[in-house]
Amino acid sequence: MRLELGARIPRADGLSKVTGTEPYAVDLYPPNPLWAGAKRAGIPHGLIRGIDNARARSLPGVMRILTSADVPGSNRHGIIHQDMPVLADGKVRHGGDAVALVIAESRAALRQALEAIIVQIDPLPIVAGIDDALDPQSPKVHEERPEGNILVHARIERGKVDQAFESCAAEVSEVFVTPVQAHLFLETENGLAFLAEDGTLEIIASTQAPFRDRFEISRALSIPFEKIRVKAPYLGGGFGGKDGATVQCLLALAALAVPLRWIKMVWEREESMLAGYKRHATRLHYRAGALEDGTLYALDCRLFYDTGAYAHLGGEVLELGMEHAAGPYRIPHARVEGWCLYTNNPIAGAMRAFGVCQVAFAIEQVIDLLAEKLHIDPLDFRLRNALRSGDENLSSLPAADSTGMQACLRQIADHPLWTGRENWKSSASAHTRRGVGIASVFNAMGYGKNVRDSAIARIELMTSGEFMVTSAVADMGQGNASTYAQIAGSILHQNEGQVHVTQPDTAHAYPSGSSSAGRTTYTFGNALFQAAHELRNRILNRGGMMLFTEDDRHLELRPGCIRHAPSGRELPLSRLASLMRPEERVSLAHFVAPVVEPKPGTYEGLRIGFPHLLYAYGAHLAAIEVDLLSGAISVLHYVAVTDGGTVLNPTLFEQQIEGGIAQGMGFALLEDLLIRQGIILNPDLSTYLIPTSLDLPTMETSWVNGSDNSGPLGMKGVGEVAMNGPLPAIANAFAHATGRRIFQGPLHAERVFWTLAGSQCDQEEKR
Amino acid sequence: MTDFWLNGEKIVWEGDPAIRVIDLLREKLGRTGTKEGCGTGECGACAIHVNGELHLSCLMLAGQLQGCRVTTIEGMAPAGGIHPLQQAFLDSGAVQCGFCIPGMVMAGAALRAKVPDPSERQIREGLSGNLCRCTGYGKIIQAVRSLSLSGSAAEEGNP
Repeated sequence: MRLELGARIPRADGLSKVTGTEPYAVDLYPPNPLWAGAKRAGIPHGLIRGIDNARARSLPGVMRILTSADVPGSNRHGIIHQDMPVLADGKVRHGGDAVALVIAESRAALRQALEAIIVQIDPLPIVAGIDDALDPQSPKVHEERPEGNILVHARIERGKVDQAFESCAAEVSEVFVTPVQAHLFLETENGLAFLAEDGTLEIIASTQAPFRDRFEISRALSIPFEKIRVKAPYLGGGFGGKDGATVQCLLALAALAVPLRWIKMVWEREESMLAGYKRHATRLHYRAGALEDGTLYALDCRLFYDTGAYAHLGGEVLELGMEHAAGPYRIPHARVEGWCLYTNNPIAGAMRAFGVCQVAFAIEQVIDLLAEKLHIDPLDFRLRNALRSGDENLSSLPAADSTGMQACLRQIADHPLWTGRENWKSSASAHTRRGVGIASVFNAMGYGKNVRDSAIARIELMTSGEFMVTSAVADMGQGNASTYAQIAGSILHQNEGQVHVTQPDTAHAYPSGSSSAGRTTYTFGNALFQAAHELRNRILNRGGMMLFTEDDRHLELRPGCIRHAPSGRELPLSRLASLMRPEERVSLAHFVAPVVEPKPGTYEGLRIGFPHLLYAYGAHLAAIEVDLLSGAISVLHYVAVTDGGTVLNPTLFEQQIEGGIAQGMGFALLEDLLIRQGIILNPDLSTYLIPTSLDLPTMETSWVNGSDNSGPLGMKGVGEVAMNGPLPAIANAFAHATGRRIFQGPLHAERVFWTLAGSQCDQEEKR
Repeated sequence: MTDFWLNGEKIVWEGDPAIRVIDLLREKLGRTGTKEGCGTGECGACAIHVNGELHLSCLMLAGQLQGCRVTTIEGMAPAGGIHPLQQAFLDSGAVQCGFCIPGMVMAGAALRAKVPDPSERQIREGLSGNLCRCTGYGKIIQAVRSLSLSGSAAEEGNP
């Protein structure tokens, strides 16, 4: 099949994955590896009094046991704030803190040693959640911080909020609570490390950010970063949870202790739940008002994000949540104040829709409530207020040309499930209720202001006549690697299988940022677009020379050859490549994502990644049935219309939207990591449930026509936007079905049942 | 000593019969197509066929394979080819990160062996022991369904 943009090109990684031959990091077993594992604190807050290794050290097969005293550098890693110890020194701040690192000859010996280590910890009072963190009397999670437990406190403001409410004909005030969600990628955090004689440290890990990992390892362990090489094979899922060091620093520390041996570390599922990064739990206080004519007019909200024991990307997650707090609407008077707070809970960090799906839950129910008060159809109300290009958004900046929110809503407006929603409602059988709900969603793309969002693409014509793209951005399953082959192949007019892609290796690829923020195809793809164009022109030029054409006109690339159309003469690319010098066969190009300047005086305390220029948009619809006897909600139909600019590959586009909805539906109906006094109550897959094939409906996905003009591909990233729809759309459908509203997620059967029974079962769950 | 057939090849395992089958396959025999997602029988990524039945290799010990015929994902495709169900996964765009896919293929094939032309509901039930975090299952179900349809059509045309 010819590689063309817009075509349903099968994934380049499909065959190896479906036959089980694709080697993920966890599948790599170098000869005779050592096994490393961390002893976890198990106690959420306390002072380490002692670590008794004596018995563990005497066990057969145990090679080394390391503690913080063995860490050579700062012993602190982190992406923005370096506040996270590789091995806890003096104090533990959450149950997943690593206090000792064991290196053993076998996995069995490793397990025995981990069990035999005795850690004595004097417990400290616990900062259990948002209220504790805000209380100045609470202990400090990071005792050295003068700001106490407040990691970030920031504000966005436009218009005159307090006066604006006086003009409003309808006003809504509610408090929303969202749970901790786990990424639950099927390949848990894992990797390998090897320290060579020349001091080169090689890490192969399931990681979204191989280039940045070098800096985290380097800072924490005082290893020059140029001595560190990181490779990122295909990931068995990431969703943000492998953005930032997981096993990397521990593995590097182990390799320093035992050079010249491969060391393998694989987190078990419960360890991943305990020590891995999570989605932030939030509490969101909303007050919003609209004018008599249906104009959304005023918004005042206070957002609290529980970031757990360490910063990770918590501040940035809050900032993105704040930027999206008003939804994809024009609101002339708005104030959004946010706090990101340290607690003794598991570390919250990046996860698909990065702080946005929480505020979407709030604003989309607020919108429905305002429409109801004004007796306006909820879709009409959205259409009346949805952003159009040029409208000022919450950041007081004009929405970009590619703002397809209105078009998405119009497709939903015409959908039979929307026009026939009252029929759906009245079709409920005994002991059930049915309803239809909608939500507008959007999600910023790219890192945003103050973070360089750039990529350097390399493509080579190999002597075989085929092409090799040196990918620098990890593929965690979204298919960017395959899309790179498609982009390059479309420019070079090659067939499937003639353009290959290497997975990131810091020794060969060029720094191009992390696999995150909906940027992987956009930033690297736009760089590759230019690199492939340059190579194409060069190939035609050299081909013309070989074919003795008078100039380069009439020459065209064909699969495997170039052709001079008038004479019909052809030259195989393998022949041409053998006549070109190595440096001629390589093309490099770079791309820097455009940013916008924030407007002075409209914000305070937002430092990294605010604001953004580009957003993907969408409108979602859920048709649900509520079982009145059990409280269980079944989603029977789900519709998502998306504006992601130009769609490069409809299959991969659908994969992202369907996957986002699936994860969003887990967030909406099932997933709630229960944490009491810093302890996780449901740390495994039999108690923390994610959707199975029986829990999800067939999804109807489509897109609106449109093209983004900030890059040659016209596309926008759509990896995150769909995650934001299910929780609010289902909550609105629940209200349509029952006349009741739920302001705390997830809407699992128990919560629904007690809500319908008129009882507050879960007041104690308010975080 | 434990001897069994793995993808048609006779295996004599002289090591510990009490190691998990998944460890035997992956670490001792180098068959890493079978994946571990949880180690507690919840996710289905480690599914294999033992005497034609679907089993979770993280919940079995090596000794239990004595005398059994074992098929893993590596044994699904004929030499140099691809199993029709694997092809259906590719054609339906059912693969994203791909980590659940070997288990899904094993579960889908086991279902089809029992129910040649399963309904969507039967497919959903047949795959419900296999977690996927990327796809939302739609394209995976479509893959199993499309094979059922083409498979039964082929059977009709083939006396």
